[in-house]
Amino acid sequence: MKRFGGPLGWALWFGYAFLYVPIFLLMLYSFNENRLVTVWSGFSTKWYGELLENTQLLDAAYLSLKVAAISASFAVVLGTLAGLALARFGRFRGRMLFGGMITAPLVMPEVITGLSLLLLFVALEGLVGWPDGRGVTTITIAHTTFAMAYVAVIVQSRLSSMDDSLEEAAMDLGARPAKVFFVITLPIISPAIVSGWLLAFTLSLDDLVIASFVSGPGSTTLPMVIFSSVRLGVSPQINALATVIVLLVATGIFVATLVLARQERQRKRDEQMALQGG
Amino acid sequence: MSRNGFLPLGDRMSGGNPPGVPAFLSTAAAAVVALLRRVGLWGRGLVIAAPYLWLFLFFLVPFLIVFRISFSDAVIAQPPYSDIVQLLEDTDLEQWKLQITLNLSTYLRLLTDDLYIYAYLSSLKMAAVSTLLCLLLGYPMAYAIARAKPSMRGPLMMLIILPFWTSFLIRVYAWIGILKANGVLANMLGAVGLVDSNWELLYSDVAVYIGITYSYLPFMILPLYATLEKLDPVLLEAAADLGCKPWEAFLKVTLPLSLPGIVAGSLLVFIPAVGEFVIPELLGGPDTLMIGRVLWNEFFSNRDWPVASAVAIALLLFLVVPIMVFQYVQARQQDGEERR
Amino acid sequence: MATAQVIRNPARLEPWQDPKAVPYVRIEKVTKRFGDFVAVDDVSLSIYRNEFFALLGGSGSGKTTLLRMLAGFERPSEGRIFIDGVDMTEVPPYERPVNMMFQSYALFPHMSVEQNVAFGLKQDRMPAAQIRDRVAEMLALVQLDRFAKRRPHQLSGGQRQRVALARALVKRPKLLLLDEPLGALDKRLREKTQFELVNLQEKLGITFIVVTHDQEEAMTMSSRIAVMNQGYIVQTGTPTEVYEYPGSRFVAEFIGDVNMFEGRVVEDEPDHVLIRSDEAGCDLYINHGVPMPIGTQVSVAVRPEKVLLSKDPPPDGGGRNATRGIVREIAYLGDASIYIIQLHTGKTVRVTAPNVTRRVDMPLTWDDEVHLSWRPFAGVVLAQ
Ligand SMILES: Nc1ncnc2c1ncn2[C@@H]1O[C@H](COP(=O)(O)OP(=O)(O)OP(=O)(O)O)[C@@H](O)[C@H]1O
Ligand SMILES: [Mg+2]
Repeated sequence: MKRFGGPLGWALWFGYAFLYVPIFLLMLYSFNENRLVTVWSGFSTKWYGELLENTQLLDAAYLSLKVAAISASFAVVLGTLAGLALARFGRFRGRMLFGGMITAPLVMPEVITGLSLLLLFVALEGLVGWPDGRGVTTITIAHTTFAMAYVAVIVQSRLSSMDDSLEEAAMDLGARPAKVFFVITLPIISPAIVSGWLLAFTLSLDDLVIASFVSGPGSTTLPMVIFSSVRLGVSPQINALATVIVLLVATGIFVATLVLARQERQRKRDEQMALQGG
Repeated sequence: MSRNGFLPLGDRMSGGNPPGVPAFLSTAAAAVVALLRRVGLWGRGLVIAAPYLWLFLFFLVPFLIVFRISFSDAVIAQPPYSDIVQLLEDTDLEQWKLQITLNLSTYLRLLTDDLYIYAYLSSLKMAAVSTLLCLLLGYPMAYAIARAKPSMRGPLMMLIILPFWTSFLIRVYAWIGILKANGVLANMLGAVGLVDSNWELLYSDVAVYIGITYSYLPFMILPLYATLEKLDPVLLEAAADLGCKPWEAFLKVTLPLSLPGIVAGSLLVFIPAVGEFVIPELLGGPDTLMIGRVLWNEFFSNRDWPVASAVAIALLLFLVVPIMVFQYVQARQQDGEERR
Repeated sequence: MATAQVIRNPARLEPWQDPKAVPYVRIEKVTKRFGDFVAVDDVSLSIYRNEFFALLGGSGSGKTTLLRMLAGFERPSEGRIFIDGVDMTEVPPYERPVNMMFQSYALFPHMSVEQNVAFGLKQDRMPAAQIRDRVAEMLALVQLDRFAKRRPHQLSGGQRQRVALARALVKRPKLLLLDEPLGALDKRLREKTQFELVNLQEKLGITFIVVTHDQEEAMTMSSRIAVMNQGYIVQTGTPTEVYEYPGSRFVAEFIGDVNMFEGRVVEDEPDHVLIRSDEAGCDLYINHGVPMPIGTQVSVAVRPEKVLLSKDPPPDGGGRNATRGIVREIAYLGDASIYIIQLHTGKTVRVTAPNVTRRVDMPLTWDDEVHLSWRPFAGVVLAQ
């Protein structure tokens, strides 16, 4: 099937339409002057203006970005170590449990994760006095925990698809494992780490349920603000906000894809040359 | 693996005396390293230990706590549950005794109150139907992409994943505008005279099906595509050669060989969908009962932590088997990749 | 070149010699284009019942494409294909009385050996008991009965190859197509299997068309060979014909090793031809006439094993088919040795001589001056 005709092609086009039409409609109506979002009454950008004056929303956005950046960074460190252990260490004691704890968060319903973490924090506070109340710290920990699983899976699959003869060659030439990791392995898996970080960042920025459980007074994240507003029905401001988010994400992804694709090509070339030329 | 035999990370760091560092400090450092190495927490050990301990503390232990609290009584206090383990001082006998109170009434309530049973069953049904919809829509898409020209596959998959990077909440929100009374869909159908403009799909089970299918479709397509892309087209030619019409070849070769993808994709949709909260809350009607919503309400509205915990444990019990199947499929996939 | 040809049943007919014989497979002026690229160019072939027909050619010469058109996976851009008198050009693969053994075997990984073999029979809705018997019989034939329950990935390459063969044969097709059937096997196993394939083909009475780029394999197994180059069929004939009487330089060079001498026709009689070659350093005498005028530039092909080496001048002199040179290299192969001789004209010539006596007794060594000679029927005249 080279050209997209036939029933298969129709299914594909329908699927893409299903995925994208709602988002485009959402963006379209953000320029509607009418407060009743879906009743068109003229072009206007006034909702974007209101968005900029909504300090509650802006504060929440700032908090969310902060949490997302910190937790993504933690998740990348822990997730990379976990992916490394899974892909390169063969069998070790407790590998079963370890593998389980890596894959389970990928599918665990958020309400369960949220509730269980909250109860942990409450219990910990009662036991050792930390964390003192709930807020940015607890949200960050929660997000790190589920995002690191995603990073680990990405890094692991990257490592298992990678030719380990490069690492072995480096060791053969006398490099110690730590050095091999920083000089050989890390550069090669860096695209996986970058996409892992981006994914962790997005997941954190996007999370409503877990954050709702583990946040405290004064630490309201962006999704929590959106949710409480959306619960009351459609609102043009949310459409405007959605448009901004979609455009930011699309640009970010576009740039990241380009950069990663370039790096990937470069890396392939290097690897090829290393293998051939020695 | 050969690298197991190599010197651990620490040899380089503990060896030698960096200039300008007092001798006692480096001795102390060496002692600490030696101790860590002794207990297997250095080098290789450390790489495993850091994520291991983190997950142990923040993923596994919480479940034990949930389990424990599910046996408590709800009390009006901070935190709002009684401790099931109590150390009591018996003043008469002048000794301490350990008292463990297991409150089973919470679980009894789950078993006897129709609300919970109905919510569980309804969640399973909603998740199953949505998974099926994802499969029916996702399979042809994944198949079409896997059969597209190799240079087109990357961009086409990118288009599948892209929506996933935009906010989940906002994508669910997008459907409110479409499905509500006087919304886009009602206006469109109204224009051709099919429905009157007050007609709405929002706040119904159908809306929840649409919402879950929409949100989780990429999770279905990704593993399906991965298995379908690996499928060697020559196998289909072999089937045709042995007398299979195209659809027979699909049923006998393509379908069974993509089964791991079907299972992985279905579980990736089904498991989180069972516990979904946001979608039924925003798109479902007041009578769209899903267990995630029940748990949320018990916790936030009723502040009944023991019941919320018991609901979570029960939900987990439902999901243990699917989760384990998922892990099995995942591990097999990984092994297969390593063998290649 | 050491060429072993399976000596066939002498009673066997050579139907292509018989003008009344009806071909079983008829390929008529078939062309296949992929975009602008012509993969198969105006090919016509007649293949008869019970033949073991080989398509031989270099990589990319269009062998697989031609075979895939016979199986029905590819539709000819032009021309028609008849099997058993029926026009098959538009018939889909699943309705053709043809089975194929794939280059990569294409075994179904999710089925056991037994299920793989039974697949085609189930497709024909054959009763289960009968399927069981046929499969067991087939597995016994290819000596895989012990592996019936295994999955393909639990088999060795040779075993997989036999499963593929069994799966293609079990439907008792009248025509079996084999695409590089032995490509994945090591040399020893390949030779053993070549004989097995031929025996099987004779026993079952099925027409085989086999694609290969290994000329030895084609020589060994087939009743006839079609040599392909860049989509064309360059020559069709029995192994002996294409080896002994190559019709063109390409065929002569593609099949076996050959020494080529450039020259010019100086004498052309019905019973012989004389060619003057500066390269050879002598006149080349061949005991048949050629349809070429005096003065035509031609090449003469002489196979390495047809050249005799001696330290003394050959008895029948006259300076024809006899020249001199110096031994530059010797490669000892066990049963024979290859000598690379540099003629006084500067040209290097390859000579194969059987090691009849123990090598220590061999009189020839490096830098020896030797005489080369060959018989009047050894050379083949090829137009340029
Ligand atoms: N589907 C196709 N699209 C475009 N070109 C093709 C296609 N299939 C084959 N070709 C081209 O047709 C030519 C003949 O290919 P074919 O596979 O028949 O060669 P072959 O003789 O079997 O070679 P080999 O010995 O390497 O298998 C090649 O140049 C190939 O690139
Ligand atoms: Mg080929």
